[in-house]
Amino acid sequence: MKTMSEAELRERTRALLAEVHPDKVDRTTFRRAQFDHGLAWVRFPEGHGGLGLTANLQQIVNDEIRKNAKTFYEDMAINPIGIGMGGPVVLTHGTEEMKKRLLRPLFTGEEIWCQLFSEPGAGSDVAGLSTRAVRDGDDWIVNGQKVWTTLAHLSKWGMLVARTNPDVPKHEGMSYFLLDMQSPGVEVRPLYQITGEAEFNEIFMTDVRIPGDRILGHEGDGWKVAITTLMNERTSLGGGGGSRGSGPIATLLRLWKNREKAAFTQASEAVMRDRITQLHIECELLRLTGMRAKAGLRSGIPGPEGSVGKLAMAEINKRLWECSLDVMGSSSLLYEAGYELKRPELHGRASRVEEHAKYQFLRSRANSIEGGTSEVMRNILGERVLGLPGEPRVDKNVPWKDIPRGV
Amino acid sequence: MHFTFTEEHEELRRTVRRFLEQRSDEQAVRRAMETERGYDDDVWSQMAGQMGLQGLIVPAEHGGAGLGWVEMMVVLEEMGRSLLCAPYLSTAVLAAGALVEAGSEEARSEILPGIASGETIATLAFVDDGRGWDVADVQMQATKDGDGWKLSGVKNFVLDGHTADVILVVARGPDGLSLFRVDAGAAGLERALLPTLDLTRKLARVSFSSTPAKRVGASGDLTSQLRRVLDLAVVGLVAEQVGGAQRCLEMSTEYARTRLQFGRPIGSFQAIKHRCADMLVSVEFAKSAAYNAGFTAAEGDGDLASAAHIAKSYCSEAYFHAAADNIQIHGGMGFTWEHPAHLYFKRAKSSSVLFGDPMQHREQLAQSLGI
Repeated sequence: MKTMSEAELRERTRALLAEVHPDKVDRTTFRRAQFDHGLAWVRFPEGHGGLGLTANLQQIVNDEIRKNAKTFYEDMAINPIGIGMGGPVVLTHGTEEMKKRLLRPLFTGEEIWCQLFSEPGAGSDVAGLSTRAVRDGDDWIVNGQKVWTTLAHLSKWGMLVARTNPDVPKHEGMSYFLLDMQSPGVEVRPLYQITGEAEFNEIFMTDVRIPGDRILGHEGDGWKVAITTLMNERTSLGGGGGSRGSGPIATLLRLWKNREKAAFTQASEAVMRDRITQLHIECELLRLTGMRAKAGLRSGIPGPEGSVGKLAMAEINKRLWECSLDVMGSSSLLYEAGYELKRPELHGRASRVEEHAKYQFLRSRANSIEGGTSEVMRNILGERVLGLPGEPRVDKNVPWKDIPRGV
Repeated sequence: MHFTFTEEHEELRRTVRRFLEQRSDEQAVRRAMETERGYDDDVWSQMAGQMGLQGLIVPAEHGGAGLGWVEMMVVLEEMGRSLLCAPYLSTAVLAAGALVEAGSEEARSEILPGIASGETIATLAFVDDGRGWDVADVQMQATKDGDGWKLSGVKNFVLDGHTADVILVVARGPDGLSLFRVDAGAAGLERALLPTLDLTRKLARVSFSSTPAKRVGASGDLTSQLRRVLDLAVVGLVAEQVGGAQRCLEMSTEYARTRLQFGRPIGSFQAIKHRCADMLVSVEFAKSAAYNAGFTAAEGDGDLASAAHIAKSYCSEAYFHAAADNIQIHGGMGFTWEHPAHLYFKRAKSSSVLFGDPMQHREQLAQSLGI
């Protein structure tokens, strides 16, 4: 790892801004230049958008850009899956050629990425997946179905894990491919969810041909490569930002303030107050635990506080929005926004606070399912943090093809 | 807020833990809790002589270590972990805290050196009979009597009130709430040890009948200072709760790893594993709450009252659930007198009630937030 002083890094950032300024050029032009200056992700090597520095120095670059420009492009708004998971996995497991070809347009957002892991028959047990990739000369022919794919309808690249050898135990028989989403045989369909919106997609692959050089890692390494991706996903989820009393709890307090006072008896008001206060406490402790986790990371001795955020956030969030509907009383019989089946608006929904709460009431059910269900998270905490033994497994050392599975 | 424990803090933690592992193991706790006094004199003297624990927050000019609430929190976390039986919360936290925050200069120089050296057991008599843990609840009057004062009435749930050499009584004088000193053996003083749910912490009912007292509070009405004294006592208590809860989590996971049923460790069943994982989450949240309150107390410029309300509400419930789940995970064994699970369970419930229960603290928090 190279070192560079904060002052020099700021100097380099100002040099970039002198050459191209985000307030004056379009996003692609600016982000291309940012990449070429090694300021896209400073922890990446030189020539691949970085400078070979430690990851935390990226804050310096972002801070300097924010200070000197009105326009700031948030990575997560541009290409969340690509930047959060695609970049790291290509850097760790990709060939030099792949890095040259893929990283720059990934960073600029010219090429959006998505992740093709989950299947209708493989959710928490993603390693049980059954999408098949079969060799055909130098190429691979893929058949199968994927689900819960964010941004697939806008994506150029999909990170695909498929089964290449069904005759070995499940973890050993997968490979990791980069799928061109425009390939013939790839069909993307919106997956309408509980809110009526389709944030996600279903992907149907019928005799899709993938060139042999689009495999990441070696044949059979799919699980190992996928783990790199999933690790990056877990660190990108989980709460802990913001200031005291901000975020969802502020919305709940606002709803409480606006409540229909005549609808509450003294007793029901007292019960509600205690529920809201409990939620305020839990939101504050979620925030403080996130701060402790960050302090633990900085000190180099991350403790268990870092692992509990995802589980706690999901469970608290659900209860908070449940409470918000109880605060609204009879008006919770209505869903003013309606359930029109559609794609969500990209830049957020401008709606009344009541409508926002009702939307969140529905959307938050996914918090304890997406990115690892709360049950899986409890297994992880129990086994990796507390050292409890795993379940006896019926699928260990059994060829994948012999494992019972539903339809 | 930065939540960073320094190497000195960690060293303090290790030293106190080593000491308590030797001098306050389960056998020692059981011996002490069976006695009326409730603690072991030798252990108490070593705590003061070798380690200077009683004088932790006592200023150096009064013979103490002059440390702050982060150090106090570290020490109490260890004491809660080992269920130490000693008049520490009463003497070193409540009484010393009251004198440091609200005592007159004269009273500090008279009483604090004895506390720091371990010679004086002291306590704070706060709760009026039939009332609660809030400064507004205190109605006991102190009446002028020549140069001194006289107290009449009853204070309930006085920590170590039956053994204390010095009782600091919170009462109302002509210019408001203040502190009055009553010594053991004073005329008209009666003290009765109460039959407590938690044997490891002794409580007494203390009656005064025209009992001579000396005013030891700083001048003026001390309502806000005494409010802070209670907040600081809460900081101490939540640290104890965190230590106890962490120990319950460790006992549960250790047992779940080694207890075999149906041919496998019970911790491999998700019913047990998930209970342990949930306990881990709430213990970590409790730590965040307690540490936040402790660092806020130490830094002195934050909203200590809210931090204390949050911590007392959350840590009380987290400890109680950890102690209750610990019994459940241990099955029949956890229900026996022989197993220590009940000691933690009883400590958890009693410390949840002491200094105001979770609902009371949430009520106060709700008021301050305008909920």
